[in-house]
Formats: sequence, structure tokens, C-alpha cells
Amino acid sequence: MTDVTTSAAVSARHDWASNAAKRRVKSRYAKDRRLQMYGIAAIGFAMILLGILITSLFYAGYVAFSTTKVELGVYLDSKQIDPKTPEKANYRKIVRNAFLGYFPNVKGRKEQRNLLKIISSGAPFILRDYVVDNPDQIGKLVKVQVPVSDPFDQLYKGVIPRQIDALSFDRIDTFEGLRQQGVLSAPDGRTVVKMTVFLDPERVSAGQFSAIANEAFKAFFPQARNTAFVEILGGDAAKRLQAFVEANPDMVGKTAEVSLPISTNYDNLFRTGEAKVRNPRFASDNVFVWFDALVTQDLVSTPFTWELFFNADSRFPELAGLAGAISGSALALLVCFLISFPVGIAGAIYLEEFAPKNRYTDIIEVNINNLAAVPSVVFGLLGLAVFLNVFGLPRSAPIVGGMVLSLMTLPTIIVATRAALKAVPPSIREAALGVGASKHQMVLHHVLPLALPGILTGTIIGLAQALGETAPLLLIGMNAFIPSVENIGIMQPATALPTQIFAWADSPERGFVSRTSAAILVLLGFLAIMNAIAIFLRQRFERKW
Amino acid sequence: MNDATGSVNAGIPLSAEEMSKIAPGLAHDIKIKSSDVEVHYGDKQALFDVNLDIPANQVIALIGPSGCGKSTYMRCLNRMNDTIDIARVTGTIEIDGVDIYQKKIDVVELRARVGMVFQKPNPFPKSIFENVAYGPKIHGLAASKSDMEEIVVESLTKAGLFDEVKDRLEAPGTGLSGGQQQRLCIARAIATKPEVILMDEPCSALDPIATAKIEELIDELKQNYTIVIVTHSMQQAARVSQMTAFFHLGYLVEVGETDQIFTNPQDKRTQDYITGRFG
Ligand SMILES: Nc1ncnc2c1ncn2[C@@H]1O[C@H](COP(=O)(O)OP(=O)(O)OP(=O)(O)O)[C@@H](O)[C@H]1O
Ligand SMILES: [Mg+2]
Repeated sequence: MTDVTTSAAVSARHDWASNAAKRRVKSRYAKDRRLQMYGIAAIGFAMILLGILITSLFYAGYVAFSTTKVELGVYLDSKQIDPKTPEKANYRKIVRNAFLGYFPNVKGRKEQRNLLKIISSGAPFILRDYVVDNPDQIGKLVKVQVPVSDPFDQLYKGVIPRQIDALSFDRIDTFEGLRQQGVLSAPDGRTVVKMTVFLDPERVSAGQFSAIANEAFKAFFPQARNTAFVEILGGDAAKRLQAFVEANPDMVGKTAEVSLPISTNYDNLFRTGEAKVRNPRFASDNVFVWFDALVTQDLVSTPFTWELFFNADSRFPELAGLAGAISGSALALLVCFLISFPVGIAGAIYLEEFAPKNRYTDIIEVNINNLAAVPSVVFGLLGLAVFLNVFGLPRSAPIVGGMVLSLMTLPTIIVATRAALKAVPPSIREAALGVGASKHQMVLHHVLPLALPGILTGTIIGLAQALGETAPLLLIGMNAFIPSVENIGIMQPATALPTQIFAWADSPERGFVSRTSAAILVLLGFLAIMNAIAIFLRQRFERKW
Repeated sequence: MNDATGSVNAGIPLSAEEMSKIAPGLAHDIKIKSSDVEVHYGDKQALFDVNLDIPANQVIALIGPSGCGKSTYMRCLNRMNDTIDIARVTGTIEIDGVDIYQKKIDVVELRARVGMVFQKPNPFPKSIFENVAYGPKIHGLAASKSDMEEIVVESLTKAGLFDEVKDRLEAPGTGLSGGQQQRLCIARAIATKPEVILMDEPCSALDPIATAKIEELIDELKQNYTIVIVTHSMQQAARVSQMTAFFHLGYLVEVGETDQIFTNPQDKRTQDYITGRFG
């Protein structure tokens, strides 16, 4: 077929050894390498970010998987605890007396109140639960591990210090300016500032020494716009000035050189280079002494506990756990699965196998795809308007949460199911129809089983998305405070993992910081488990044909 | 139009008596009678005015160049074209004198009576046993478990596969070789006790040995079944069929006794095709 008389230019052999050809090869290799490098860089970047995220979460959150506890030796007096109704006793008093018993020297109401702040406010309930579970122990001396309160938990874990910096950076800066003017000295253990004061007779006679001192002190900071310097001059400066005036009455009406003391924090800063105060989370310096005493007697420990998983929420971070959130999320996901799985599969099967291909089904298809892209908060508003206001379903209940989440998972499941159905080879359909299977037999007996791994994978991914969804649950109020897991049900108020995280992240107590990180780790753990199941199903049931 | 196509029997189906005059060995009842069959795929017409009578208990080979409508015609016979949205079939096809395109015909029953073996082996990704048992199961042909086993063994034996698979009936059908898979598909087709078996290029993916086995099988099956086979191999058509129909560009050009078609074709196009001048 080839034309033998084609021109020389066309038929001439390509010279693969020419320089131009070599250059082309070289640049092709370079481009290949560059493309590969971009890919590796992008993946590396993503991996690093993910690594940082997980590490920081783990670093912040791992402490929440253990609780600092103090061992309490309690005599369960049967006079105080009626063995018939052990839950009725005054455990607050029992715990109080047992703990105060460790420190017989601490007297006085205020001191004792500070001392009792070491143990968690939940300790009486823990003792009560222990006694209710072990009524045979009544009348005996038992040792119970009760959690310490949040500040001591954090202190023992090394998260917060005993002392914190007393002065902010701009205050230290302002003071540095004063120091550089060379007016500071500490002749007898107390830092003083040497300053020039005009002893206005009117003010002296009115006894306004503090105003005089402050006026004069202000002269050191001619440009000062802020008030960072106002606390530098000691509270006793006015008194010193008054004493000076009383000792030198002839100086009234004249300008005098006086040395006035500065306040404690700045005094410390000048003499020792740093200014610390007790961490305001602790009531007094004595609490450290008491707590150290407990530590040296080996009464304090931080055992790993599952309490994070088994406790319900609490206002006290050392007692707060995820049981309510986990069960709420599980119930909402169950409802979501029960609605979206059958509906999604039925819809997808109809669209893929039975519906005629026309304009209407096209419109439906486009809309389903659009639905997958609708922001979740919109579904939350929809749930609020329809499920709560129109249908009158209970607020905060997992059934509503599940229904709202199923609105979001439906499109995901439909799209995944349709893709899975499409991937079943047409030859299988023909084979089934060829032996006389009806259409629904073909779908149910052959197509659906083959598509099932794909469908399940899509469903699990949809559910995993739903598990992490926060905004719609907040809108329907599924962030209730659930202090007990006794009343769990799909119609009961509940919370969910992401909304629990949201609530904890918003709490001021230091202990909730690590709880938040730990809760995120738990959420990520569940997501990882779900994805692992999806991968397992895909590999387990994938068939070759 | 008939004149334009030059179809030998167009519009004049041969009666059994006439047939016996032309070809004494072929005096058989007409199993399938198609008249004026036309198929459109959307706007495109794929079959033009096909009139073809298929005698019972014989093998008829459909030959012709690619795209001429052989598969399309064959899929009319068990209404597999119904599954294609854009396909539209007109004309009448009668099996045992009953129009299979009339409203009250149950397609499911029709497809059980007219079995089909596809070009590419397509066993279900299930066990060999389940593959064969599926048809009888959904049509309720087996009253008991032992009945079902009997049907499966009988079908596999007829398909010439039983000896090779008898000790791994629970193994997946997709794990068999291509030729074994095709015989499994034949076993599956005959398990519903059809009257007609349609085979669309059943050997196109097979080696000569497997092909020979299937041809042997077709030869045996024709005792009890009416077989329609599409093939691109002239030798195969000559070996297995008693009658041959030649299609060209959607027209049925010529149909007749196989010997006659291959030795003495009436139409120039048939002659060109079987001597390899086009196609
Ligand atoms: N599903 C379909 N949709 C549209 N057109 C089709 C479809 N199936 C077949 N056709 C067209 O109908 C014509 C006949 O096709 P058909 O499959 O019957 O040919 P064939 O004779 O079986 O060819 P081959 O020997 O290659 O299998 C072809 O032109 C083909 O393009
Ligand atoms: Mg074909």
C-alpha cells in the first residue's frame, strides 16, 4: 500500500543520534523528573501537615487518657451509711472528713476550704458509686482512688506551672526604660527610685502625698501614652514621702531629691531579674505544701483510665468523658444509616436500572449531584424548619440529628451506588436476562451483590462524613449537656462527638484543652476505623470476572 | 424492496412440502417464522424486511460481514432487543405459530424457552452449580434439591463439561478456562429446557480444540433443540449447520441448505462473501 515514490524528506530516516534528538530526549527526561518532583513535593507537604496535626493533637491530648488520683482512706461507718439505702448517705461529709484527716494540723474554715479544693467535687459521687456497688464493704476501712481537681491534675501532669510571670512584656519594657535612666538602686534590700519632687505647700497641707509622688514619677515617662508605669511606684511611697516631709519641714515649697520605694513585683524584677507570682488557679501557697505532702506519701498517681470513654459530660474537666457524645453519635449514625442506606440504594437502582433516560431523569441526576455540594449548615436549617417546627420532633434528639445527617449522606450514597452499579459489566445483565430472569431478579440476584462492596464503601464514607459534621447538629440543638448516660435514646436530648468537641473547646477550664484534643483523637480514631472497614470490605468482596 | 435485495425466499416462505421437494433431508416443521422484520436503533435502521423460516431440530447458521445485522436479528428471537432503549422492532416473529411480540407474551417465559449463548463467555461470578441451577430455580423447574442436582448434572453432561468439573461444582464458574466457561454457559442455557438455542459466535474466543468440542456438542444438541448460530467461520458454518442464511447490510440476501449455499450460491454477493472477496 505504501507509496514508494514519496519525497525524500518524508522517507528519510530520523536521525536518533543527532544532537537535536539527544537534546529532546534529555529535556523529556528532565520534564518527567520535574513532574515527579512536583508530585512528591505535594504529597510530602500534605504528609508533613497531617503529621504535625496528629502529633500536636496527641501531644496535647494524651494526658486526658490518664487522670490524676489521690488515694483516700475512708472508714465506711455503718452509722453514717445505712446498708439498706447506701445511696442516701452524706458522702460529701464523709469524703471531707476523710481528706481533712490527712492534715490534722490544718485548722480554720478558710484553710480547710482551700485544702478541700485539692480533690475533685465529683469525689463524693465516686465514693457513693463505689459503696453502692460494694455494699459488703460498709463497716470497713477502704481505699478509694478519687480524682484531684482540675488545677492539681494539670499541675501534676506538668501542664501548668505553680508560678507565672507577674508582669507583661510591655510593663517590663517600660521598667527597662526607667532602669536605663540610672535612677534605681537597692541600698538596703528594697529597690528605690531617686526622684525630684516639688513639695507644693497646698498639697502638703492637704496630705496629698500620693498625688505629689505620682506627679513627679510621671516625669520619667514624658512620652508615655499608656498606663504601663502606674503600678511601678510602691504603695508605701506616699508614706515615705510624708515621713521625709515631717523630718524636713523646711523643704515644703521647695524641690527635693527623695528616694521612694517601688512595688513588690518590680522590686523582684530589679533585684533578681524575674518577677513571679502564684498561679491564680491556686487559692494559696499552702496548697502546694499540702499537695507535695500527698505526693511524697505516694498517695498520688496518674493511672491510664478509660474514664474518658465511659464518663458522661461534666462541668469538671477531670470528670468529663465522651460516653454521652459517643452514644449520641452512634444513635444519630444508626438513624442516618437506616434512612439513607435503603432510600439511597432504592433511588440509585431506580435511576440506574429502571428509569427511562429522558430530560426529567437528567434534571433529577443533576440535582442529586448538586445536593452533594450543598453546605451542611443549610441542611441543619432545613432540619430545624421542617423536622422540628413542622413535624414537631423533639429538639436535640438523635432521631432528628440522624434525619438531618441522612439528607447529607443520601446524595453520597446515591452517587456511589450508581457508580458501583455502572461498573457491573453488561455481560452479567445479559446473561441473567438471557436465562429468563426478570429485571428485578437480574438486579437483586446479580447486579446488586456485585455492586455491594462499592455501595458499602460509598455508604461508609458518607457515614464517616456525617460523623464529623458539626454545624447541622448545632442548629438542631444536638449539643445538649448530658451529665449522665442513663437516659440515652433516639428521642432523648443528646450530644454528638463533634458538638462535644465544639463545646469543650469553648470551655475556659485548662483541663478541657487536653480533653478537646483527646476527643478529636477519638473522633479521628473512629473515622480511621470506618475507613479501614471500607477498605476491608472493598478488598474482601471485590470480585474478578 | 424484496426485488431490490434479491432475497431468494423473501416473502415466499417455503412450506414443509415445498421444502421436502427442494431438500428431501430437510423436511421439518417450521419452528420460527419471521415476516417483514425490521429493526431500528434510534434513527438508524439495522434490519430491512427480513423474512426467514427456521425449521425445527436443525442448526441454522447466520453468516455475513460484520455489522450486517446477524446479532440484531438473533436478539429479536428472544426479545433481548427490548433491553436496548433505542431499539424498535417491527414485523412479526412467530414461534410455533405464536407471535412472540404480542402484548400478552411473557418475555421471561420466552427467554426461558429461547436460550441464548453469548459471544463472550459470561458465567455468573458464582459457583458452577449455581450458574447452571439459576435458570431452573427462578422458573421453578425443580421440585426438590435432588431434582435440581439431576438437572445440573444432566445439563453439564449434555454440554460435555461434567467430567471436567464433577468434583468442583462449588468452585466459581469464573475460574474455568475460556472454553470451559463457554460450555458452562451452554449448560446454563439448556438447563431451562429451552426449545431454541441462540448462539452468537460461541467459538470466537476459543482455541481449535475447544471449538471442536462445542461443534460436537451442537451436533448432539440438534436432536432436541432448534439451534441458531452466528459464525464468521465458513468452515464452521459448513461443518455444523444444515441451513445457512446470508445477511448483508441489514438485508437477508439468501437462505438455503448449507451445501447449496456453499457450492452453488444464487446471489453474487453470497458468492463474493463465501469466497472471501469482501467482508
Ligand atoms: N445497541 C445498539 N445501538 C445502536 N446501534 C446498534 C446497536 N447494536 C447494533 N447496532 C448497529 O446495528 C447494526 C447491526 O449490528 P449487529 O450487532 O447486528 O451486527 P453483526 O452482524 O452482529 O456484526 P458482528 O459480526 O460484528 O457481530 C450495526 O450497524 C450496528 O452499528
Ligand atoms: Mg454480532
